[in-house]
Amino acid sequence: MTVPIRLDACAKHYGATRVLEPLDLDITAGETVVLLGPSGCGKTTTLRLIAGLEVPDPGGRVRFGPRDVTDLPIERRNVGMVFQSYALFPNMSVAQNIGYGLKIRGVATAERRRRVGDMLDMMRIAELQDRAIGQLSGGQRQRVALARAIAVKPDVLLLDEPLTALDAKLRESLRVEIDSLLRGLGITTVYVTHDQAEAMALGDRIVVMSKGRIAQIGSPRDIWFAPADRFVAEFIGTTSPLPGEIAGGILTVAGATLPWAAGDGPVDVVVRPDAATLVGDGAGPGRLTATVRAAQFLGDRTRLAVTVAGDHLLTIDIGARETPAPGTTVTLALHPAALIVLARR
Amino acid sequence: MRNRTLGFWLQLALTLAVSAFLGVPILQSMLAGVTRNIFTGVWKSGLTLDWVGQVLTLYWPAILLSIEIALGCLVATLLVGVPAAYGLARAPGRLARLAEEALVLPVAVPGLALALAMVIAYNGWGGFRQSAWFILAGHVLFTLPFMVRAVLAVMASSDLATLEEGAASLGAGFFRRFFDVVLPNCRSGILAGALTVVTLSIGEFNLTWLLHTPLTKTLPVGLADAYASLRLEIGSAYTLVFFVLIVPLLVALQLLVRPRTAKPLSQDPS
Repeated sequence: MTVPIRLDACAKHYGATRVLEPLDLDITAGETVVLLGPSGCGKTTTLRLIAGLEVPDPGGRVRFGPRDVTDLPIERRNVGMVFQSYALFPNMSVAQNIGYGLKIRGVATAERRRRVGDMLDMMRIAELQDRAIGQLSGGQRQRVALARAIAVKPDVLLLDEPLTALDAKLRESLRVEIDSLLRGLGITTVYVTHDQAEAMALGDRIVVMSKGRIAQIGSPRDIWFAPADRFVAEFIGTTSPLPGEIAGGILTVAGATLPWAAGDGPVDVVVRPDAATLVGDGAGPGRLTATVRAAQFLGDRTRLAVTVAGDHLLTIDIGARETPAPGTTVTLALHPAALIVLARR
Repeated sequence: MRNRTLGFWLQLALTLAVSAFLGVPILQSMLAGVTRNIFTGVWKSGLTLDWVGQVLTLYWPAILLSIEIALGCLVATLLVGVPAAYGLARAPGRLARLAEEALVLPVAVPGLALALAMVIAYNGWGGFRQSAWFILAGHVLFTLPFMVRAVLAVMASSDLATLEEGAASLGAGFFRRFFDVVLPNCRSGILAGALTVVTLSIGEFNLTWLLHTPLTKTLPVGLADAYASLRLEIGSAYTLVFFVLIVPLLVALQLLVRPRTAKPLSQDPS
């Protein structure tokens, strides 16, 4: 049975250090929520609070549906958990690892064997069932860890940076697999990562965290197209925001001017790689001059590093066949629809 | 056969010389144990098992007591040492590290000093001082650090905390975790510790010399006794008996310690 999760005012101190500010979070039953942020932002602590591996400071409550689980240790919460280092038992075979949770729950041998068989088939590792853990590759271990976590039919599935230990190619293919697995299972899932691409691909909603607090909660599209603040914009995107100014309905940024319907005041303008193109002529709205610092040919496109308005660095993607030489001056046109303008506080 | 370098032959010669230096006296002593008269030599006087027979009649209780104490010592160090190592491995902080260091003290202090301290402290305890339990207590005190250290080393090198969290996430309470995950994954450390404890206890002389009474002689004490007061052949026969006892025991323990042979590695990492 899958349940909603609710955190109420969950804070966490270690000694005098506060690693998590009081935090409220509602996770709908069956939803996949990704906790995203740089290391030290409190995402793993939040996951461990949900898991029952940490206890929140007095006053914080953790609820699974109607059940208050704050004072229950992890073994009594019926969660499934996948650890960054997998935490597979070296003294057991693959099949024994997957069946361990069922054995603890006293599931009869025949039924246990059937369930383990189902899991092995589902993760396509049936031929590995008698192997020792030490004989598995990283990707195989990951599959075993997933199978072991979901074999017990948990109320909640928790994944702590499960793909971090794998190489880039494997990470991508397993990401697709985990995505379809989670959609098929429909278990409430909390997934922790520092990789924004992973978060975008897997999350129904993303919780961006910074310095022990939630910076923004939203769908991957919300987070990408409408970041709440500079931190989210910088963490999700690839470039730093440019300082700009809105005055009398005109936005001025790095020498470019655009009509902009917003209140007057200083702003931060986030220019994503797809928000500007190379143009031949310098006259027109949104035009600015830039100096090319480096050009990287990526096959399907060329990625330019340019400086604008003195020393502000921008990353711009242009067509694969365009090759401006480093040091030359080029003209860029900003696309108003793709710009993200944040009022500066 | 491949051509060996000069270095190889020199190393081989050195190895054989060192082995001979260590091995020949032991072999001589064992041979003396079955020689009818060591002063006329094995060729003239011939071989006999009389001395071995005498050792067994005179010292059988000591031999038996040594084996009993070694096994008792093993049980005690397992029951105390493994949980202690687990506690130390899981406890953070300076106090645990301090306790870890303090555990080694009985090894650093000379056995005689330790024994003297025990005799002074427990002299008034009546029966305890006279019993074999007193020797067992000394042996446990002396061998416990070796068990704790061996187990702790293995526990520290495996990520026990995460393994336990993994087991807990699957619903296992403390005792299930301890017996299903912690103990099996420390098997090599426990067996290495057991090997050391049994060997040390059976061969322990320093402490035991002061702790024993005429009725609680152990094998090494008996050996010293035989060398000091009886014919050289009897002492030598004693050495022979000692070897016959201890070598199979050590081999058996070694076989247990050896890790299980791994199955062939997978060809298709996915």
